[in-house]
Amino acid sequence: MALRRPNPLFRNLAAKAAAVPMILATLVVFLGGTIWTVVHSFTNSRLLPRFNWVGFDQYDRLWESTRWIVSIQNLMIYGSLSLVFSVGIGLLLAILMDQKIRYEDTFRTIMLYPFALSFIVTGLVWQWILNPDFGIQSIVRGLGWESFTFNPLHDPQLVLYGLLIAGLWQGTGFVMCLMLAGLRGIDEDIWKASRVDGIPAWKTYLLIVLPMMRPVFITTLVIVAAGIIKLYDLVVAQTSGGPGNASQVPAMYVYDYMFQAQNLGQGFAASTMMLLSVLIVLIPWAYLEFGGRKHG
Amino acid sequence: MTNSIEVKDLTLNFGAVSVLKNMNLNVAEGEFVVLLGPSGCGKSTLLNCLAGLLEITDGQIFIKGKNVTWAEPSARGIGMVFQSYALYPQMTVRGNLSFGLKNARVPRDQIEAKVARAAEILQIGPLLHRKPAALSGGQRQRVAIGRALVRDVDVFLFDEPLSNLDAKLRSELRVEIKRLHAKLGNTMVYVTHDQIEALTLADRIAVMRGGIIQQLAAPQEIYNRPANLFVAGFIGSPSMNFLHGATVDGGQAFRLGDLHLSLAGYEGGMIGTRDKVILGLRPEHLVVQDQAEPGVTIPAVVELDEPMGADSLVWLQAAGTQMSVRVPVERRMAPGTPVHLRVDMAKASLFDAATEARV
Amino acid sequence: MADATLNTPARSITEARGTKPKRALSGRNIMIYGTLIVFSLYYLLPLWVMVMTSLKGMPEIRMGNIFAPPVEITFEPWVKAWSQACTGLNCDGLSRGFWNSVQILIPSVILSIVVASVNGYALTFWKFKGSDIFFTILIFGAFIPYQVMLYPIVILLREMGLYGSLWGLVLVHTIFGMPILTLLFRNYFSTIPEELFKAARVDGAGFWAIYAKILMPMSLPIFVVAIILQVTGIWNDFLFGVVYTRPDLYPMTVQLNNIVNSVQGVKEYNVNMAATLLTGLVPLFIYFVSGKLFVRGIAAGAVKG
Repeated sequence: MALRRPNPLFRNLAAKAAAVPMILATLVVFLGGTIWTVVHSFTNSRLLPRFNWVGFDQYDRLWESTRWIVSIQNLMIYGSLSLVFSVGIGLLLAILMDQKIRYEDTFRTIMLYPFALSFIVTGLVWQWILNPDFGIQSIVRGLGWESFTFNPLHDPQLVLYGLLIAGLWQGTGFVMCLMLAGLRGIDEDIWKASRVDGIPAWKTYLLIVLPMMRPVFITTLVIVAAGIIKLYDLVVAQTSGGPGNASQVPAMYVYDYMFQAQNLGQGFAASTMMLLSVLIVLIPWAYLEFGGRKHG
Repeated sequence: MTNSIEVKDLTLNFGAVSVLKNMNLNVAEGEFVVLLGPSGCGKSTLLNCLAGLLEITDGQIFIKGKNVTWAEPSARGIGMVFQSYALYPQMTVRGNLSFGLKNARVPRDQIEAKVARAAEILQIGPLLHRKPAALSGGQRQRVAIGRALVRDVDVFLFDEPLSNLDAKLRSELRVEIKRLHAKLGNTMVYVTHDQIEALTLADRIAVMRGGIIQQLAAPQEIYNRPANLFVAGFIGSPSMNFLHGATVDGGQAFRLGDLHLSLAGYEGGMIGTRDKVILGLRPEHLVVQDQAEPGVTIPAVVELDEPMGADSLVWLQAAGTQMSVRVPVERRMAPGTPVHLRVDMAKASLFDAATEARV
Repeated sequence: MADATLNTPARSITEARGTKPKRALSGRNIMIYGTLIVFSLYYLLPLWVMVMTSLKGMPEIRMGNIFAPPVEITFEPWVKAWSQACTGLNCDGLSRGFWNSVQILIPSVILSIVVASVNGYALTFWKFKGSDIFFTILIFGAFIPYQVMLYPIVILLREMGLYGSLWGLVLVHTIFGMPILTLLFRNYFSTIPEELFKAARVDGAGFWAIYAKILMPMSLPIFVVAIILQVTGIWNDFLFGVVYTRPDLYPMTVQLNNIVNSVQGVKEYNVNMAATLLTGLVPLFIYFVSGKLFVRGIAAGAVKG
């Protein structure tokens, strides 16, 4: 029988032992790894990481690189279009699915299956469909419209839209599911009340339901945005960053400098910039989600 | 009589919040003690400390004379019954009853015997092969009691066991728990916020507030002679009527404006002259009559009456405040009727307004 | 986090509101179903094209229309994709990548789910000082771009002697699966009444006994959701596979990309599409078999990003 107070360190020892993997992962990988990379972005590490402090040199070089600038521009264009269209299409489809339709399960199955597939598969399929010699362009030409041109993957001006078509194909079903969950999470009495008040359905959506779905929108935006910043596999598979550098993205820049060009410092600086952009998305959201709650 | 449970100077803090303050409690062998109080008073917390489910900050707990302050819950000789029944959903009733015994590595034939005995006592024999989802609320709570029963423990701890049941079932199981206690003779500590449960079941009630036991006494004592204003207000429904006044003439009388009530017959200590006292009168200890009797009655005007079946509750305006009186149900009273309320000082309570303690 | 999606909605995603409508060919219905059908075509088109292309011979592809069904069905491209396609390094097809992926997948799924479910359990019922802080860091870890942690992990794995091996990749999947899975399990376990846990402790069950005998049998659905999430997630991974394994251990996605985007030789589109389909078959199978649990999994795993 334990007569003395046990040492608090050994209390629930099994629970603490079981949490060791989590503690190691958070401290060593998530926290330690991030700090290590940020610190080493201020060094001139090349083939191997070295602790040779060079201040902001890597960042100066980064922002002088055309490839990096193009990557950032691409990410902003692709990102904003992707956000607008995936939320727009996702919401539209969710509202349509919420109209007590028949075959809802079938439609949902069709819309969501691309989300089960990898970006590599997505990129390769759309590369094939958009292939100028065999895909959409050649078929329309074959129908008699000889001058028809739709070759986004080989046109620097259009390549982002080629990626967008594939990205939306893969991800909008998921957004639709989130939106549908949001719509269905709203108290049905709201709908009854608005029907009693004689408010038309579209007005109820616009003025009552959508404002009530604010948390769903915020969550969706954060998820989609965080995914866009990591965008990598899709580009690798569909365009390999081409034509030229026209579809480069930051994640590719990081990979190439870290593992191909043997210029680790550049890779670290670029990945630190990626972290920064995630924080720019994340901190306002965390503030809204958690900071705002305290004030009611 | 030996003490079955002894709590010495128990203190529990959650961070900076003090939940239980320097608490002392002795429960005799075979005694039924009810911990009663509003939510957040610490009654469930105290029970969890006894069970070893919460680690205390300071103090000591003895069960059957053994210091169990730092012992595991299963090593304390306690069984516990929870509000939500807490039956393991994937196990049959038999599985639920024998889980604790299996953990204690009791031989299989003994498990069989103990389960059979518990099932017989609680009349759940036919349910042994069922899963909890296939049981009614009352049956589930019986199984939960059975889980404590099979382990041959010294002490039963009940954490609001009847709160999830409807009113009819609640009174049925209340009687059953009382019968079980009479039959088994175990020590039982029972947490509730329902004063009817407390008054009907307990040998002694501990009324708690803010992590402190306000009064620990037999139910009648708590009802008739509440130790302080909180206990007086908490026990009894409708609540005790309170008149804010003063004692005069060296403690001979209570005065509130024009109202003079003789304190002769009041059972208490030295009253003396006090500027601010509160006179507590239970609705069922006041008698409505037509004639005034100086020093004994309070003039009042009827506001409305609520017939409640067995009797009737009358709300009146008296001594500048609202009062309630319990009257026989045949006695209907029209609003506006002037009446007089006769006070039985022997059953009244007098509190010091500053300390809130009984005088 | 993400209340609207993580908490159970008043009605589930898979449950329509009210009664089924009467059949009516109103303008409103034509608009609704018309739009849904047009979008469905967009979603179905690539699958159709993949299947059709993979069943044609190269001459027919050069001649004809990629949307048209094959005149003459051939399974040659499938056989070739599986066992002969060239990645630039070798020409033994996707089968090598498939088996690599299987070898990566099984231990990764098991390990990540065991670790995360125990974590979620400890975080729900056995909180200790600082456990909430670790959990918060862990959740924020889900949002940190992998690129930031890529290189430090290379160093870690190298120190442990696991860099380039399958087990190194298994470890990486376990670590990166931890935030979302821990959240998933913690959210599920916190819906289990605490009294049940208390009752088990009074009954003398310890940390592992409560986990194995009480919690696990009660939580099978969430384990299935976690398995779905992990199987699709790990199978579809590309970045970790490319960074942390050697070419002969590359998972199927990496092999696929190398086959299709290989610059050597004549492009065999039918083989490419057969290879692409082959790679997509595992997650597609999981998707069609799991049905509504998949929906539940992605809604729960919404923070995965």
